[in-house]
Amino acid sequence: MPKRTDIETILVIGSGPIVIGQAAEFDYAGTQACVSLKEEGYKVILINSNPATIMTDTEIADKVYIEPITLEFVSRIIRKERPDALLPTLGGQTGLNMAIELEESGILKELNVEILGTKLDAIHQAEDRDLFRTLMNDLGEPVPESDIIHNMEEARNFVDRIGYPVIVRPAFTLGGTGGGICYNDDDLEEFVTSGLKYSPVTQCLLEKSIAGFKEIEYEVMRDSADNAIVVCNMENVDAVGIHTGDSIVAAPSQTMTDREYQMLRNVSLKIIRALGIEGGCNVQMALDPNSFDYYIIEVNPRVSRSSALASKATGYPIAKLAAKIAVGLTLDEMLNPVTGTTYACFEPALDYVVTKIPRWPFDKFESAKRNLGTQMKATGEVMAIGRTFEESILKAVRSLETGQFDLSLEGGDEMTDEWIEKRIRRAGDERLFFIGEALRRGVSIETLHEWSMIDLHFLRKFENIVKFEEVAKANPFDEKIAYEAKRMGYSDVALAKYWNTDERTVYNWRKERNMFPVYKKVDTCAGEYESKTPYFYGTYEKHNESLKSDKKSIVVLGSGPIRIGQGVEFDYATVHSVWAIQQAGYEAIIVNNNPETVSTDFSISDKLYFEPLTVEDVMHIIELEQPEGVVVQFGGQTAINLAAELEARGVKIIGTALEDIDRAENRDKFEAALREIGIPQPLGKTAMSVPEAVEIAREIGYPVLVRPSYVLGGRAMEIVYEEPELLHYMKHAVKASPEHPVLIDRYLTGTEIEVDAICDGENVLIPGVMEHIERAGVHSGDSIAVYPPQNLSASMIETIADYTTRLALGLKIRGLLNIQFVISEKQVYVIEVNPRSSRTVPFLSKITNIPMANVATKAILGESIVEQGYPTGLATPPAGVYVKVPVFSFAKLRRVDITLGPEMKSTGEVMGKDTTVEKALYKGLVASGMEIKEYGSVLMTVSDKDKQEMLGLARRFKNIGYHILATAGTAEVLKAEGIDVEIVNKIGEEGRTLLDVIQNGEAQLVINTLTKGKQPERDGFRIRRESVENGVPCLTSIDTADATLRVIESMTFETEPMPKQEEA
Amino acid sequence: MTTRYLILEDGTIFEGRAFGSNEASVGHVVFATGMTGYQETISNPSSAGQMIVMTYPAIGNYGINRDDYESIEPALNGLIAREYCDEPSNFRSGMSLGKLLELKGIPGIDEIDTRHLTLHLRDNGTLRGMITEAGATLDEAKALATLKEYEAPTNLVASVSTQKAYPSPGLGERVVLIDYGMKHGILRELNKRDCDVIVVPYDTDVETIASLFPDGILLSNGPGNPEHLQQQIETIQSLLGKYPIFGIGLGHQLLALATGAKVQKMKHGRYGSNHPVKNLKTNRTELTSQCHGYEIVRESLEGTGMEVTHVALNDESVQGIADESRHAFSVQFHPEGSPGPIDAVELFDDFIQAIKAVRRKGSHNA
Repeated sequence: MPKRTDIETILVIGSGPIVIGQAAEFDYAGTQACVSLKEEGYKVILINSNPATIMTDTEIADKVYIEPITLEFVSRIIRKERPDALLPTLGGQTGLNMAIELEESGILKELNVEILGTKLDAIHQAEDRDLFRTLMNDLGEPVPESDIIHNMEEARNFVDRIGYPVIVRPAFTLGGTGGGICYNDDDLEEFVTSGLKYSPVTQCLLEKSIAGFKEIEYEVMRDSADNAIVVCNMENVDAVGIHTGDSIVAAPSQTMTDREYQMLRNVSLKIIRALGIEGGCNVQMALDPNSFDYYIIEVNPRVSRSSALASKATGYPIAKLAAKIAVGLTLDEMLNPVTGTTYACFEPALDYVVTKIPRWPFDKFESAKRNLGTQMKATGEVMAIGRTFEESILKAVRSLETGQFDLSLEGGDEMTDEWIEKRIRRAGDERLFFIGEALRRGVSIETLHEWSMIDLHFLRKFENIVKFEEVAKANPFDEKIAYEAKRMGYSDVALAKYWNTDERTVYNWRKERNMFPVYKKVDTCAGEYESKTPYFYGTYEKHNESLKSDKKSIVVLGSGPIRIGQGVEFDYATVHSVWAIQQAGYEAIIVNNNPETVSTDFSISDKLYFEPLTVEDVMHIIELEQPEGVVVQFGGQTAINLAAELEARGVKIIGTALEDIDRAENRDKFEAALREIGIPQPLGKTAMSVPEAVEIAREIGYPVLVRPSYVLGGRAMEIVYEEPELLHYMKHAVKASPEHPVLIDRYLTGTEIEVDAICDGENVLIPGVMEHIERAGVHSGDSIAVYPPQNLSASMIETIADYTTRLALGLKIRGLLNIQFVISEKQVYVIEVNPRSSRTVPFLSKITNIPMANVATKAILGESIVEQGYPTGLATPPAGVYVKVPVFSFAKLRRVDITLGPEMKSTGEVMGKDTTVEKALYKGLVASGMEIKEYGSVLMTVSDKDKQEMLGLARRFKNIGYHILATAGTAEVLKAEGIDVEIVNKIGEEGRTLLDVIQNGEAQLVINTLTKGKQPERDGFRIRRESVENGVPCLTSIDTADATLRVIESMTFETEPMPKQEEA
Repeated sequence: MTTRYLILEDGTIFEGRAFGSNEASVGHVVFATGMTGYQETISNPSSAGQMIVMTYPAIGNYGINRDDYESIEPALNGLIAREYCDEPSNFRSGMSLGKLLELKGIPGIDEIDTRHLTLHLRDNGTLRGMITEAGATLDEAKALATLKEYEAPTNLVASVSTQKAYPSPGLGERVVLIDYGMKHGILRELNKRDCDVIVVPYDTDVETIASLFPDGILLSNGPGNPEHLQQQIETIQSLLGKYPIFGIGLGHQLLALATGAKVQKMKHGRYGSNHPVKNLKTNRTELTSQCHGYEIVRESLEGTGMEVTHVALNDESVQGIADESRHAFSVQFHPEGSPGPIDAVELFDDFIQAIKAVRRKGSHNA
């Protein structure tokens, strides 16, 4: 069927900020969709609040709105733009929910906006529990039996009907408090009793437990002519019970016969036909490992994380084709973009094994519960391709960048058997490695199966890997064994460990023997048809398909999995760098391992190598491609960390030279450089022992900022205000020694400023200076940034620009750099220089219209800033105010303290732009998910050091009619100042306490800065967690509170009584 | 691990590891792209005389079970894989794939760069190949000499067809199923529809067939070049018009030849589970299971009375033909799947509908 000609303008809704469960995959899907619609000649209007995305580049859509994805703002845009149609299925759950809200508000009907692709009633049917169950019953497809019960009697009846095991899920408790899996009458008694107790409505959902079933997913597509296909099926290595986003996944399925495969294929297609899906869809099923019994777990009527994975695993671009289906094209008239000669209506055949391992944020959140269950906790994932499962999984393991190169754990050999068993029975992020340790101790795969419910097939594969360790150890530098090890996916780092040597020795030894991998194509058709797609993976086989072209090439290293501190913004920069390299006339080759991103879309670069980002894997590609050089400054710390070793092996690093990178990153060298350039930095010294630390802190004066010198990215960084705190920190957080020095810096409470700049060696272009709302001490990634600065004098900005220029030239930066300054008592100090792309590059690029990664890339390739037509020095800011607001995923991470500090905690960000700072902030806060109420109650519990500042805030809240709630201590201070306040009891006291106030929704805002000391710390933590779990905005910085208050003030009017005549 | 070699007629040599039977073997090397279904593929009688390269690299994972055979005696000459898994995991698995091949005297070779081999076959066409005896030293010259002389037997169908007719009773339509190398899947589909099936040897004559009082005739799939079956083509010519006929695979090619059309050998054939075929009646594209090295020459259909009902989406080759007036139709692909999708399984219902329609009119049983 040809495409629709009755529509011209299409509104696409993006997915907003990156949060756990909704990450970079929607930038990939959204970008593909917008480009694909434009290709067909439609005018595309995009709304997305996330600036750190390729999809919000102005070239991607005809009009890009970076505005909050809320009913208010989307409606406004619809009224303004009057699109003919709306495409909601490419923006994740956010896009779908927005479409539903718009439909319900009546605006779509009023303005005659048609919903393209899968229709809303189908979406309802797939997402609403009851409607879905009814549909499945009508289709005769099984869903796990369940029932709502109110007492023990009903629970027993349910079990009599369906048998054990059953899951008890108490109604309306967060995170399933009080529930669990019951295997017998005793369990049932226990869990139902507690579940009913915890449930505020005395109600539990009882569900047949299918834990232990195989979890199988099918990615399916259907068009309006009812052609339906399976793009890919996937088998979770972890059995049902762990969210698929938190499971290790293999594609295609590994343990299913054709009969099982076809059975589930037919079911999936039957369901999408019944739902009338037009586009992509994900069907999750549970298959009994001991029969043909299966259950439908869930259907996602949209593109998803799984579909991004399926696209990368097969080469088949689901989102691109889903967008075309939405405008009426059918699968059998579109070409398969991978082969270019066959049609899209077919099912990819793989001739390799794909594995995916999630990347969890527990390295950042050490206090978080590491158990995995039905709530997803991963922030990102890695994918690897190999010709065997073993090769694939070992490649994935080293792609994680967690320092692991085989199936072992640090200190694993010292763990008790009981501990290992426990950590395998109760799934957590490190289970794969605990299994490795158990196998090393001779635990049988049958026992491991009993503990983990993981299929014997996978356990045997893990066993093959672990068993080979001994073979490798017994045969150092044996050519045959080494080749076998490489074929199994073992890295040189692992072999070096077994052979008691270093990685470079192993590499060179292999190089002498030409024991190198070959590269095979991902072509969707297992070689049956010729394919021109330059999408490759490495493996140890005989025949190489990746041929070096005659063109000069440059390799760009990507940034690997999305994690806290290294998000989609680095993929953004990577992609822009690739484009600039191509514009400069070179062939751009990309290496990356993240299946969610735009950079691993094979149509972006001239060549895509889907490979781990380790020295070995990158060197293999360099040996083959012989590029002019490697660009590392756009791939975040991942790529930067490889620079030294690559250069040591003779690879040219294009951009800032290695020694200059080191000069910015090594503390001593950096200090020396600053002295030379003449730029001040906060007083600081390095301590090798506890007494030394105490000495230094006394000398420079409290508060001080302490951190270990050997950990990057703000980990274990803290601000301490007094000596006991320092001693506590030195004892518990770090072990100071000459090998592991601790850095102690004067903590300057002042305004934090962030600058991104480009240097070509001669000149420096500073697109912008950003001012942080939160004072120094809060990680820059967690601060609200305002552009242009609102509180800096012209001369101050001049100083900053001058320092930036001097730093860039003095540190011999080529390309991008990011600097953080603090202004304390009108003095500008430099805190940190990052000789690479940063989190704020996309934000600034979008605001200033200076494509920073592009300009920087061209600058390092030799085209000066001036030659490129850009001014030097500080660019003139455009009109308006722009804010970048961080977004957190705290609701998904239990036991994590949400207090902002030097360690980064946010997962994503949004942009707010308008004419005033208050308006921009309003948009930013709303887009970040905060509900701002014009009136209500604010609950204040602040630490002693913040009490003075709090007074001003309290008074202002009062003036706009907010009611103030506080605990006794805080209330006393307020009352003494004549501020009316209602006292609530502390946690643990009788009667109505803080927690009740939060749980009952009596506070619309919580301001909590309790962190220090013992009891208050725990109370503060509970207050903050309670707020998160009840969806009440909780502000942990006085500055954020002040900004929020300014927004509320701007939304409302002050009411003051007329001044009374003072009696003389 | 025992080494063995795969040698192709053009002199290409692959070294690998032996599994299955230790004996040497010769055959035509073809590649199959299905990611599941190795048990069905190796037991499909159409694979007689062939050595199959599985493009999916992990083979043997779920073992061999008692249900998924497509014939009792696998007839292929060799199996080539990247990684053979000797310890299967699946609740139905009764033995390993290697064990089955060993029992049936079929050699297997793994640790082969099967993608390289596949691209080689794609570019050069199907080649003769030899899997050497396990552990034997490589004698290239001798192997090439053997390969040069090797010709696929012209009686492959005879070797896989049943020797005697046998019934598979049901209460519905009487279908005489001519076994040129029938997959069990076809019989399963007919049984599911309660047909009263009599499977007859490939060389059963018209009189014998008539004496079984068929309501319809099903021409099964089978191995090799259809033009070697002149006698059978004549038999079909006599049956045509008298009984509703449904042909699958080789049966489809034989039907075409019986109506005067031509077939040709393909460069490397189609073996897999993901081939899109457009049903010209419904205009819907169905994913099909394919296993064929010959195809109908489209132009030769002119004047035969057969119209094209199905075409391959990717190369527009003929995938289905029909002549309503003679109640005959056939498809190149396998609507019964096994292995592969059953998107077009309704063709069996169509066949039964055709039988019923003819019976209502009483236009046959002359």
